[in-house]
Amino acid sequence: MTRIDAKFAALKAENRKAFVAYVMAGDPDEAKSLEIVKALPGAGVDIIELGLPFTDPMADGPTIQLAGQRALDQHMTLDKTLGIARAFREEDETTPIVLMGYYNPIYSRGVDKFLVQAKEAGIDGLIIVDLPPEEDEELCIPAQKAGLNFIRLATPTTDDERLPKVLQNTSGFVYYVSITGITGAAEASGADVAPEVARIKSQTDLPIIVGFGVKTPEKAEEIAAIADGTVVGSAIVNKIAEGQSVEDIAAYVKTLADGAHRA
Amino acid sequence: MRRQGRHFAMDDYAMNDLFNSFMTGPDEKGRFGQFGGRFVSETLMPLILELEKQYEHAKTDQSFWDEMDYLWKHYVGRPSPLYFAERLTERLGGAKIYLKRDELNHTGAHKINNVLGQIILARRMGKTRIIAETGAGQHGVATATVCAKFGLKCVVYMGAHDVKRQAPNVFRMRLLGAEVVPVTSGRGTLKDAMNDALRDWVTNVRDTFYCIGTVAGPHPYPAMVRDFQSIIGKEAKEQIMEAEGRLPDTIIAAIGGGSNAMGLFYPFLDDKAVNIIGVEAGGKGVNEKMEHCASLTGGRPGVLHGNRTYLLQDDDGQILEGFSISAGLDYPGIGPEHAWLHDIGRAQYVAITDREALDAFQLCCETEGIIPALEPSHALAHVAKIAPELPKDHIIVMNMCGRGDKDIFTVAKALGFDMSDTEGRTID
Repeated sequence: MTRIDAKFAALKAENRKAFVAYVMAGDPDEAKSLEIVKALPGAGVDIIELGLPFTDPMADGPTIQLAGQRALDQHMTLDKTLGIARAFREEDETTPIVLMGYYNPIYSRGVDKFLVQAKEAGIDGLIIVDLPPEEDEELCIPAQKAGLNFIRLATPTTDDERLPKVLQNTSGFVYYVSITGITGAAEASGADVAPEVARIKSQTDLPIIVGFGVKTPEKAEEIAAIADGTVVGSAIVNKIAEGQSVEDIAAYVKTLADGAHRA
Repeated sequence: MRRQGRHFAMDDYAMNDLFNSFMTGPDEKGRFGQFGGRFVSETLMPLILELEKQYEHAKTDQSFWDEMDYLWKHYVGRPSPLYFAERLTERLGGAKIYLKRDELNHTGAHKINNVLGQIILARRMGKTRIIAETGAGQHGVATATVCAKFGLKCVVYMGAHDVKRQAPNVFRMRLLGAEVVPVTSGRGTLKDAMNDALRDWVTNVRDTFYCIGTVAGPHPYPAMVRDFQSIIGKEAKEQIMEAEGRLPDTIIAAIGGGSNAMGLFYPFLDDKAVNIIGVEAGGKGVNEKMEHCASLTGGRPGVLHGNRTYLLQDDDGQILEGFSISAGLDYPGIGPEHAWLHDIGRAQYVAITDREALDAFQLCCETEGIIPALEPSHALAHVAKIAPELPKDHIIVMNMCGRGDKDIFTVAKALGFDMSDTEGRTID
């Protein structure tokens, strides 16, 4: 049982929805980024999605593109990203960390070496945007063997015929992408998402977390209510971009978390 | 075992020898050896599977090829001539040089060969909106052209930096009714334009067709674009047989993503006596500073834009910007089939610097009365390097894949000519 599985079991026992927060490792710099990550559990974050910066984030909107660029401009690396997870783990043994990013920095490191390092740093799961089930042998299967969850994205274009394939090697939870588009763009609609969540639920027992296009406490509540939880990324990253203090960022995150937890 | 390096590739070579063909790729996973694949987000995956299905169907549909043949002939002006470059041959004093004149195509480059194929396919799929990325603007112009012809909406993503250095092509695209979107994300070059095109596609999945301009991207694009561009090699083969009664000894083409080269090379892959050479952009020289675009000469395998291939990248797997005087070659990757041909040794890849390309550009103007684009000037520079040492009965076919009108401002600047000065003086 990974930390992610344990977290969902605990949430289920409390009858609570999960609130997942995304931040980019190294944004605005390595030290402040670590402080922000450390503040998240206290702000009500159940699971942390830690962005791994990449020069070419094809699925991300301007907000997260710029966050990655800020991090890279500060010479953020894969090692330093894992370092943030490691430093966080020294103080927090239970909050799961999911590393989210693109394949090339991992491929460049070497998959086997990366998996050992990620596990050792306290990473619990991976969301790698450019690895669909067709490329499962690359990282998904080795990651599962190494004891890391591999969390797959399901999208509005994932039809019934394809859904079993998407769910097949998924573990931890399913990340449902509420819109066709990039992060931080269009607003998710509860009316559109609800039947999709039901459709996925009919084929899996895994928790379903909905993200992309969730920007306010109200939206977090609406979306969390129809799924097992929700993710907010760009709205939080915007606050970091504005140069807000760690305390103010945490206070803002808490409003979102409270929204999701009201559901 | 992670599949990097030559060892794995040699197994491929042995296997191919067994089946005696280099033309069977890609496999069902879209791989050429370890290269290629489908590294895209889940939102796009169903779209590229549908595209693959539709392309596989069209490929064996005679009416599809009849339409292509008709438009290739009457709209593009194919077949393009295979021209014996007599004065160039004399000047270099060695091998006999033929130029495949794809610069004579409508819109001035080979790009339209592929665009026609993809747009006809898009129409069959009922798509009404076409998006494309462009570097030098040649693919953008070709896409805007064919969209105008068929009355389709066209959006072209172009790096803000390239919008500046290729202003004439930007105006052409707008004249043709396309919307040109200057891309400022990332560093504002071709790779960023491709990122933004992918972001558009992921947002507009229902009505939009992404017309990729080179033999890269997720499967089936590398194979599909190659198949459409292979008209170049097919014609060249027939034409050289007619002119010389035999196959060439060497074929040469320039490579950015590698579509004109793949188009020339593919029909010759199994003619093992034919020496195949791809010419990458060496920029200021293939050095540690990465001031070049020679992915095979100076890069290593990685994953970007839907495929595994050789990429310019740093130690941490971050993609680097290339550097080349030629906007069309300014891309940090290369088509996966080239990566495979490189690893198995079927084709040889070399790099030519900006300086060498500029010399070849002038040589071609002087000796043949042909103003070449900067992209094939790289190929010509390599021809100029090797031809003098080769015997007079050695036949070289080089792909003259584009004309140089778009490049005159860049070349004038590089050569120090003041274009506003009618006396033709140089700037000091």
